[in-house]
Amino acid sequence: MNKLNFLKPDKNNLYVYVYTGSVLLFISIFDVFLSSFFNINVTSYLPGPVSLLLPLIVGLFGLHLIRIEFSGLKYLDLLNKNINTSNFNGALTLLIIFVIIMATPPSLSWFIFDANIAGDTKEACTGSGACWTYIKVWLRRFMYGMYPNELQWRINVSFIILIALAFVGYFSGEKLKKFLTLYYVIIYPIIAYILIYYLISGGSFGLEWVETGAWGGLSLTFIVSFFCLIFCFPIGMLLALGRRSNLPTIKYFSVGFIEFWRGVPLITVLFMSSVMFPMFLPEDFFMDKLVRVIIAISLFEAAYVAEVIRGGLQALPRGQYDAAKSLGMGYWKMHIFVILPQALKLVIPGIANTFLALVKDTPLIFVVGLMEIAGMLGLAKTNPKWLGFAMEGYVFAAIIFWIICYAMSKYSYNLELKYKTER
Amino acid sequence: MSDPIIKIENMNKWFGDFQVLKDINLSVEKNKKIVVCGPSGSGKSTLIRCINRLEEHQKGSIIVDGTELNENTKNIEQVRAEVGMVFQQFNLFPHLSILDNCTLAPIWVKKMPKKDAEELAMNQLKQVQIDDQSNKFPGQLSGGQQQRCAIARALCMQPKIMLFDEPTSALDPEMIKEVLDAMVNLAKQGMTMIVVTHEMGFAKEVADEVIFMDEGMIVEKAITKEFFANPKNDRTKLFLSQIL
Repeated sequence: MNKLNFLKPDKNNLYVYVYTGSVLLFISIFDVFLSSFFNINVTSYLPGPVSLLLPLIVGLFGLHLIRIEFSGLKYLDLLNKNINTSNFNGALTLLIIFVIIMATPPSLSWFIFDANIAGDTKEACTGSGACWTYIKVWLRRFMYGMYPNELQWRINVSFIILIALAFVGYFSGEKLKKFLTLYYVIIYPIIAYILIYYLISGGSFGLEWVETGAWGGLSLTFIVSFFCLIFCFPIGMLLALGRRSNLPTIKYFSVGFIEFWRGVPLITVLFMSSVMFPMFLPEDFFMDKLVRVIIAISLFEAAYVAEVIRGGLQALPRGQYDAAKSLGMGYWKMHIFVILPQALKLVIPGIANTFLALVKDTPLIFVVGLMEIAGMLGLAKTNPKWLGFAMEGYVFAAIIFWIICYAMSKYSYNLELKYKTER
Repeated sequence: MSDPIIKIENMNKWFGDFQVLKDINLSVEKNKKIVVCGPSGSGKSTLIRCINRLEEHQKGSIIVDGTELNENTKNIEQVRAEVGMVFQQFNLFPHLSILDNCTLAPIWVKKMPKKDAEELAMNQLKQVQIDDQSNKFPGQLSGGQQQRCAIARALCMQPKIMLFDEPTSALDPEMIKEVLDAMVNLAKQGMTMIVVTHEMGFAKEVADEVIFMDEGMIVEKAITKEFFANPKNDRTKLFLSQIL
């Protein structure tokens, strides 16, 4: 057996070092685990700061011992290469592990063990954790806003139909494949509009009319996001092309439009759309508040989409334009068949970014009195019967927004992979 | 002697203040093969890019197959559909398969039925011997294959004139031959060709006339044999001594 030097671990006594190091590492993590889960401080006899730092020191020494290059053990090498490259990285890794362990018990108890969900009143919430009763009682409001309870099936039916129709693409045969773009870009939004106009809004076919001011909650988030996404994309695309146009009128109009909308905060735009805009309209001209808001957000986001797409257009080599022109293609054919398919593929991440921002901007429509999910939370937390549960509400909304946004981000990533062709 | 298919008279072009082309006079008859050579920056690429108006000329006139190139976009598109062009950097459309690259313009510009366009494209691809690659994407092909596909793509428009802008300059040496072979083949079929190239071997074999350009001017224009055997201008002599 070779001489052991614990300050300079080497390959000769590999297993001695690895076992000692692993045991030390385990002890350090176990100590943090005990103290945070069971409140047992094994090292309480030591002075405060030492006791606090001991797990880190022990763990670091353990990591130091197992830091042996080219050990030949697959997992050890992987560990050393990625998270245990130096003492500093080792310390950061340990700290992150400790923080996760320490944060687990309080969050678990808040979310689950000390939380309440039974009952229908505030008094049912006796635990020190979250009061999910509040979410349960208010769930309909968070989902549907002030939409009358007995009519909410209309929203459900519309959304179920729309979700079902969204999957048409997966089941269409080869022959119909070429119509899919047309379907998704034009027909689907029209169906959505008709459903929302006749079923959710009502007022005809014997359905009771529900004014848009009563709409709200998550369903309103979806409606606003959906239409804004659909409108802002083509407008943004045209603006991006316009900004690169050779015709001065179109070019400067696009530049002016983009710079105007990028220069004002969304909240002002929304406010103007509902307060200032009607003043410029003829008196008998009525445009619904929701429609105005959707137009305002669409134009606002279109400016951002335009700049993202322009980035993609500029990234294309000039040869692509030359080649398309040399084949006799005019402006529109060149853009539709050659330039845009490539440029849009390049900007999928940027577009996804803008769309995510759009979805998360929708709560701002509260300034014109439309209460989507975050707006309903604001309303619910000021209800005298349910004071003091803002935390649960916002955690709930955060989770829902996160799910929506994560799904969108995953989807955009899949699109990227799907359209990846070698250049 | 037939009417020239390309007629350039007193053509001048500036990039900003810099004059790239000075008083170009050139007429090309049908079925003739012209090779344009000259040092880099002499304006030879710009000259042939002017012929299908990828570059605009400021003075003089260019008449291609009876159509004058001016602001009229309809005319320009019509001329471009009749004039095929092959670029140094291939410029295939990377998002389309080789076959789609070839059928895109016939279908959408010439309104050819898809079936006919595909048949035509496969024929042209066979001519340049890459019909077995038709379902691949440009990024999966070698440079020589890509350039041959670019030639096929241009030919699918059934052009009357083919322009080649240094078609072999971006290729590895071992791939130059396959592209030149395709071009020689095309020349034998009687295509009117204007080729900007440094491949003097190709010029000797194929060209009817060789043009030597320097500093934006046509310095010398001669029958191929004459040009190589007995160059008149000093600059031509110097250039040939460096390149041969």
